[in-house]
Amino acid sequence: MTTHVISLVSIGAHPTSGRPRRAEQDARAVELGLQMAGDKLQVLHAGNIHEPTLRSYLGMGLTQLHVLEQPAGSDALPVLSEYLRDAGAQVVLTGSQAETGEGSGMLPFLLAEQLGWPLVVGLAQVESIEGGVAHVLQALPRGQRRRLKVRLPFLATVDNAAPKPRQSAYGPAQRGELAAHEVEIEQDELFTGALLQPAKPRPKRLKVIKAKSGADRMKAATAKASGGGGQVLKGLSPEAGAEAILKLLIEEGVVR
Amino acid sequence: MSDIIRRDPRAEWIARNRLHPLHAAMQPALHSWMGPNGIIRKNVHGVGFIGPNGIKRIDRSGAQQGGAAKRTAAVHVQLPLHQVPAPAFYINVVPDMVGGRLSSHDRDLLGLARQLAGSDGAVLAVVFGEHKEITFATAGVDRLLVLEGHEFDGYSPEQRVQGLRAVDNQFNPRHWLLPDSRSGGGELGRRFAASLKERPATRVWQIKGEACIGRAGAGQEDLARPLPRLILAAVECAEPVSETRHEVLPVELSTALARSLPRIEDLGAVAVDPGAIPMAEAEFIFSGGNGVKDWALFHQTAAALGATEGASRVAVDDGFMARDRQVGASGTWVTARVYMAVGISGAIQHLQGIGACDKVVAINLDPGCDMIKRADLSVIGDSAAILQALIAAVEAHRNGAKRDAA
Ligand SMILES: Cc1cc2nc3c(=O)[nH]c(=O)nc-3n(C[C@H](O)[C@H](O)[C@H](O)COP(=O)(O)OP(=O)(O)OC[C@H]3O[C@@H](n4cnc5c(N)ncnc54)[C@H](O)[C@@H]3O)c2cc1C
Repeated sequence: MTTHVISLVSIGAHPTSGRPRRAEQDARAVELGLQMAGDKLQVLHAGNIHEPTLRSYLGMGLTQLHVLEQPAGSDALPVLSEYLRDAGAQVVLTGSQAETGEGSGMLPFLLAEQLGWPLVVGLAQVESIEGGVAHVLQALPRGQRRRLKVRLPFLATVDNAAPKPRQSAYGPAQRGELAAHEVEIEQDELFTGALLQPAKPRPKRLKVIKAKSGADRMKAATAKASGGGGQVLKGLSPEAGAEAILKLLIEEGVVR
Repeated sequence: MSDIIRRDPRAEWIARNRLHPLHAAMQPALHSWMGPNGIIRKNVHGVGFIGPNGIKRIDRSGAQQGGAAKRTAAVHVQLPLHQVPAPAFYINVVPDMVGGRLSSHDRDLLGLARQLAGSDGAVLAVVFGEHKEITFATAGVDRLLVLEGHEFDGYSPEQRVQGLRAVDNQFNPRHWLLPDSRSGGGELGRRFAASLKERPATRVWQIKGEACIGRAGAGQEDLARPLPRLILAAVECAEPVSETRHEVLPVELSTALARSLPRIEDLGAVAVDPGAIPMAEAEFIFSGGNGVKDWALFHQTAAALGATEGASRVAVDDGFMARDRQVGASGTWVTARVYMAVGISGAIQHLQGIGACDKVVAINLDPGCDMIKRADLSVIGDSAAILQALIAAVEAHRNGAKRDAA
């Protein structure tokens, strides 16, 4: 029995040109979904069905892409949660952050809250799904992984630790079908009070030296980096030295 | 201890007063005498005295006497204490506490909280479980709430949100500040926001008055908006607190925490191949230099410790390690939390590369080398013997742990 997986996708923006493209993390969500469910994967988008970029997801080998039709600037949350509640999915995958608009990364959290499902952040791999329980690997910073046990159905976000998305091919992209669903439209109230503007480069933080005298400032500018106050163990046997090192490593939690 | 140099006016006065009983003892060291071959020898270092700013002064009028001995006085710089006896409101901060300590991101966040709190408000830090931090006072924490309990051990986002909700009910803070980081804060803040049904400001990098600016989308745009109650702030959102000391008064929750059955269970960390982790983001680096003689033993130790391997330039140039393993100015700048340097002298080019490391451990023969000055723990001795002992110790530790578990 294959799992019923739904991947949510959005329209991305190229980091330099800003042109629409398939969103990097959403493409990874589709890739992970394809690996889990194969042809049974269902891909869902809330927005404009006439956006040509949507076809680049179809180009990953999908036969169909479901679109909940909405004009730009409307709130995707209510329609998505409405749809997902009755869709009977066991796993819903999303990217962790949109590439356009606010990009707050709140959508999966709000969806999980509304649906009452558990949420796994930074899914890297699904190891097994058995008897209503999934064992998954979560990506942590610094290349680490953590194993989690989570009840089905669950929502998961993927980030750059998830498998790399396959290329999008032109033929399948043109053959694939965009299936429209009519939904109620709700305006997003964020943009009434907020203003999107081109990103300002952030100034580099200056190293401020608070010194009372010129001699101190000179010292601060020329001194080598030194921790000072480090502990130096001299004349110990190698075993005692090794014990001291190991104690620090265990305290820091790097040796388990 | 500070090394401010102080003059001793009394000693100088005694040296000037030929009738004083201690006059002879206070004479400056002889700085010119006749050598065995009749040549006049001069000790140029004995001339003059060290002024209060640490600069050498030579008084050529001949009036200067004595006091040449360097005296240092212990001056403990005490920052002024900022007190908030009756806070008008709270600014709550939930630091990441990576490795049980405040990260630099946490400190920036506390600096931002301090700005928002002004003189009437108090910064309340909420910390889960045990911590090793001792500098909350200088980081700007007025009140500290430690939520203890086994339910917060490991990865427990759902329980932590419950904890934060209880804190929210009791203190009703004006703002909640969390680091928008991958090491926990970003996730916890969003979960908390979803459970409160409040819209947070994310990736905030500037707060001015009642408005804030955060990055939006993929970083191409900024979003300016009115300041909400929940703020997820980016790194370097504000300067950390540096000029005041704070009380760190412990506070407690008055209600017991509601318990819920966790829907996500933490089964623990998974062993990953340390060699596959990019050096720049590895957490624990075991680095070898010219002082490593037995490279087989070095690799064996790295495997035993489960550390990512690094090397100094000399080790790379000599062909013992691959080029992509070089740490330093012309190699990789690493950010490891723990960096272990075996037989590395600590040339400035190497030290630059480990500037961001938290704890440095050095094994070296030479107690005077620069790496020892940088290190938090140094063991002086031959690397081969210490590495062998280290392997044995790690194995004993692992076996002991296994026996405990069984
Ligand atoms: C432009 C430029 C860029 C450079 N960039 C880099 C860079 O990116 N990274 C880098 O690392 N270097 C760089 N260097 C080189 C750097 O200046 C040093 O030469 C180099 O870091 C020294 O490496 P080392 O500490 O391994 O060797 P050494 O300086 O030879 O130090 C060996 C240390 O091992 C100790 N030792 C010896 N035998 C034992 C033993 N049996 N047990 C324990 N300890 C022992 C010694 O006491 C000594 O402290 C650069 C240099 C230049 C000019």
